[in-house]
Amino acid sequence: MSVIEVSELRKSYGGRPAVDGVSFAVEEGEIFGILGPNGAGKTTTVECVEGLRTPDAGRVRVTGLDPVTDHEATSRVLGAQLQESELQPKLTVREALELYAAFYPRPADWRPLAERLGLTDRLSARFGKLSGGQKQRLFIALALIGNPRIVVLDELTTGLDPRARRDTWQLIEDVRASGVTVLLVTHFMEEAQRLCDRIAVIDKGRIAALDTPAGLIRRSAGATMISFTPSEPLPEDALTALPGLASVEYRDGRVTLAGTDETVNAVITLLARSHVTAHQLRVTDATLDDAFLDLTKGEAA
Amino acid sequence: MTTAVPKPITAVPKPNASVLNTAVLRSEVRLFRREPGALFWILLFPALLLAILGSIPAFRHADPDLGGLRTIDVYVPVAVLLGLIVGGLQSMPQTLTGYRERGILRRMSATPVRPAALLSAQMLVYGGAALASGLLALAVGRLAFGVRLPRQPLGYLLALVLAVLVALALGAVISALSRTTKIAGAIGSAVFFPSMFCAGVWAPVQTMPDLLARIVGWTPFGAAAEALNRAAAGDWPGWGHLGVVTAWTVLLTAAAARWFRWE
Repeated sequence: MSVIEVSELRKSYGGRPAVDGVSFAVEEGEIFGILGPNGAGKTTTVECVEGLRTPDAGRVRVTGLDPVTDHEATSRVLGAQLQESELQPKLTVREALELYAAFYPRPADWRPLAERLGLTDRLSARFGKLSGGQKQRLFIALALIGNPRIVVLDELTTGLDPRARRDTWQLIEDVRASGVTVLLVTHFMEEAQRLCDRIAVIDKGRIAALDTPAGLIRRSAGATMISFTPSEPLPEDALTALPGLASVEYRDGRVTLAGTDETVNAVITLLARSHVTAHQLRVTDATLDDAFLDLTKGEAA
Repeated sequence: MTTAVPKPITAVPKPNASVLNTAVLRSEVRLFRREPGALFWILLFPALLLAILGSIPAFRHADPDLGGLRTIDVYVPVAVLLGLIVGGLQSMPQTLTGYRERGILRRMSATPVRPAALLSAQMLVYGGAALASGLLALAVGRLAFGVRLPRQPLGYLLALVLAVLVALALGAVISALSRTTKIAGAIGSAVFFPSMFCAGVWAPVQTMPDLLARIVGWTPFGAAAEALNRAAAGDWPGWGHLGVVTAWTVLLTAAAARWFRWE
């Protein structure tokens, strides 16, 4: 069942379209990622879902509610962590948690939440004295404090060190395991690949692709990477004629090909036929990084 | 969109999205108590100024130029207005603009409580502080220097409440027009000194030349000062002056509502 439905969403700022016909549906209990370059319209899209912006056109529903006209009811089922927001500098962590808990009819107990986010020894610290990572963790706690059915996290691990980032990922998986649907905006490929069940790649205000992380990699032109150091140079036209080839790169005498399984077989045949030995031959699956660059390169050029 | 709206999945609990939220108010009161600067200038400074003026012997003698009143008598209403001018024009606009600049209002928009709850809490905090400051000034005047309490208390209270409202409305306009805290501070100061002048900080309204007094009587704080003086003397504050303060309050509130931005 879809808990978030977005169809043909459009939003312009001063005549320049930021979101230009975006449609997707988020199913209950999944972690849905929105991935895209800076300025692609990711944040505008989720701000329309959160009811912080009014769409110019299109339809947004959160558990059947219109986030703009039913803002209050929406904000009770949807917890949000915003990209750029702060709290009163002299408000302590405990006061912030208690204050935000008071906004909801059935809030979560903030103590275990603070514990889970490693904020217990900072409860008496003022917001203005927290480190970037601690502020970020507090905002994650505030997004979860109303016991929401859906949580929207915009650039959640930006500003966290690698250790805290991994802890946060574990937390998100725990949150999902408790039945909460997660809408995650990110530009970290590793994060998207690790956490998301499905990913919408947004570029220039449109959806460039929507699939599972594995599906996105498979769909991209260079799903398989083949690299080796040939014992003697291979004729360039023989390489470019390989079937399924997406790209060729030469660096330090090493050849890197992006292509498909068909390309792998053809390369092996080519090497055997030309009596060339391939040193340190490696065949690897492309990462989401490669897929992302491939999916968004056309428009970026 | 004409598509039928599916039924909400959860039962909708009782709405609590009023513009007034007690949790927000409590938290803003607590935060106000953590601002030593605001506490001093709003609550203590007016009473302190009165104490300093009152310790000058000449100011404790009746002055025929003041209709037989002492300088200290004339300065009590000025001190009463001072706290609300500092709070409404200097402190509140900077706090509110900061809340918008830092995205605090925005963060609250993503909860069932509207950011208007922060705005109303701020007004109650600063309005309450201004009233407390006024009462403190009256108490210091009475206890330390034997200044008579207002002989028309109801009229005095009415004039004081209207003065607090006009200060808050002016503060809200400053906040509406300022994109950053720095701008709010600059506009606040630009309005602050003329307001103090009109309230009579440098020369009480009674001592101003006739024409000047009449002009000042059309300004929000000049009219408030006149209304307070009349009520202190035992007369009804006069609908003319109360009307001027009310008209300013309505005008400024409308302007603030028109221009205020949540983000």
